[in-house]
Amino acid sequence: MVTSVRSALTTAVPTLRETAEAAENVLEETIVRGRGAFDLQSVSVAYGSETVIADVTMGIPSQAVTALIGPSGCGKSTLLRCLNRMNDEIGNVRVSGTIALDGVDIMARGVDPVELRMRVGQVFQRPNPFPMSIYDNVAYGPRTQGIRHRDELDAIVEDALKRAALWDEVKGSLKKHAFDLSGGQQQRLCIARALATKPEVLLMDEPASALDPISTQQIEDTIAELKRSVTIVIVTHNMQQAARVSDQTAFMLRERLDEPAHLIEVGETRKMFTNPDDPRTEAYITGRFG
Amino acid sequence: MTDTLRPSDSRSRGRTALSRAAETFAKGFITATGWLAIVVLAAIAAFLVWNSLRALGEAGLGRIVTGTDWYPTSSPGKFGAAPLIVGSLIVTLVALVVAVPVGLAAAVYLSEFAGRRLKEVSKAVIEFMAAIPSVVYGLVGVALVVPAVKRAFALDSGLTALSGGIVLGVMALPTIVSISEDALHAVPSSLRHASLALGNTRWQTTYKVTVPAASSGIFAAVMLGVGRAIGETMAVLMLTGNAAVMPRSLLESVRTMTGTIAAEMGEVVQGGTHYSVLFVVGLVLFAATFSINLAADLVLEKQRKRWGV
Repeated sequence: MVTSVRSALTTAVPTLRETAEAAENVLEETIVRGRGAFDLQSVSVAYGSETVIADVTMGIPSQAVTALIGPSGCGKSTLLRCLNRMNDEIGNVRVSGTIALDGVDIMARGVDPVELRMRVGQVFQRPNPFPMSIYDNVAYGPRTQGIRHRDELDAIVEDALKRAALWDEVKGSLKKHAFDLSGGQQQRLCIARALATKPEVLLMDEPASALDPISTQQIEDTIAELKRSVTIVIVTHNMQQAARVSDQTAFMLRERLDEPAHLIEVGETRKMFTNPDDPRTEAYITGRFG
Repeated sequence: MTDTLRPSDSRSRGRTALSRAAETFAKGFITATGWLAIVVLAAIAAFLVWNSLRALGEAGLGRIVTGTDWYPTSSPGKFGAAPLIVGSLIVTLVALVVAVPVGLAAAVYLSEFAGRRLKEVSKAVIEFMAAIPSVVYGLVGVALVVPAVKRAFALDSGLTALSGGIVLGVMALPTIVSISEDALHAVPSSLRHASLALGNTRWQTTYKVTVPAASSGIFAAVMLGVGRAIGETMAVLMLTGNAAVMPRSLLESVRTMTGTIAAEMGEVVQGGTHYSVLFVVGLVLFAATFSINLAADLVLEKQRKRWGV
């Protein structure tokens, strides 16, 4: 939707200026400008000489869930990693265009990716707790930020575990090793760990794909609760999950292997799943490919 | 088990008596070679014990291990091996002080920070270091380290525990670097990414997550380095001066257990007490290296189970 509004804006001829201004207003309304809102302008990503994602322009509203969907290999995870510059760690990845977080370009020279990542947390596909106690896992980020007082850490750990809906299950055994938890609990621990640095945005890369249905349900409930306080961007292969948890959905597609992936359509989730503008979106959502 | 697709007689028709015999032989041969290593190890232990019996009977294990006078050729001979044991320990300790910090730093750099090209080249070079004969290390030590130690501390002779330990440390480096690097490499990258995504720098990630996660493997690497150092003979023989007296400092000449066996074995009466005492010293060495290697193996196994590699 934002894409179409933008292209309408750019192609608008002077005589249609009024229409264009109306469209601009729609755009302003669509993207809530709060804390933790992203604005992507013509973002392209290349691995070496091969462009894998081309020209993605979209907004990510704050305090809402944005789902990135699309078939395997369409660059969803790569785009997600642009948002906390984790692509920097992979090497040989070039990102062009602008990615603004609350109006500040995170690709700018002066931006320290280490500081950015304290504001933009990430939860990975497989639970990856550190080999230490539950408490130390959650306190890891705050300790890095220089918080040393026991009381303060205790409060942060409790708050993060509560927000990740894990507190009731572990409150008596915070000293236990994280590896003793079940897969679903480990993943919620990883969410708590990411929340403990008080990020404004939480990136989730297929957070439930390695989990059983009940754990998946718990993660989704957690997401629904979390979006009140943080912006969530979730990559998922599961259409139902995208429909259930997200407010906005972006559909990406790589139509040919020798071409980069494009953003096909982005819009309100209900509209994307009931009445998408692009026939390819409809084909994918109804399960005709991918 | 019955094969439902083909009756068993037709299935076995393709196998001649010869091919069946060949298979039995191959299986037996492979099994035998597998057991051979264990048999050889047990035989060495038994041989050492057997040849030690005379000395153990005459002097007793306690007196050999704790005695401080080593005059095996006087009469009656004095067989106090404590100076030799202490000599080995001191030289090994110096080797560790040299090799552990350097080896660990090198492993961390190669695993976490070095580019792919440099890493490949360095690993090859380090593995080559392990292949250099110890007598060559000894030569280099005599030519470079011994005069340097002599000058640095204004000694009469540079043939000291320190010189031997330094060279031994360099010799233990390949073991420590290469096994520590493997241990660090085995830590799943998902842990590094988790730490980076929490706003840690690569260095913070390394010392707070990666190194602790690899700690058991790093410990095993150090243990194997110790095993290498304590068992090394030629270089220490060339570098430590070989005075079989209880050392009071690092800057004195020492004689190690290995050096003693190598130096004296050629001159003893076969089957005599001195001969037998050397086997006791060998037995002590064997027990030490065996338990160190076993401990390292158990720790490595634990790490393997943990990360599934």
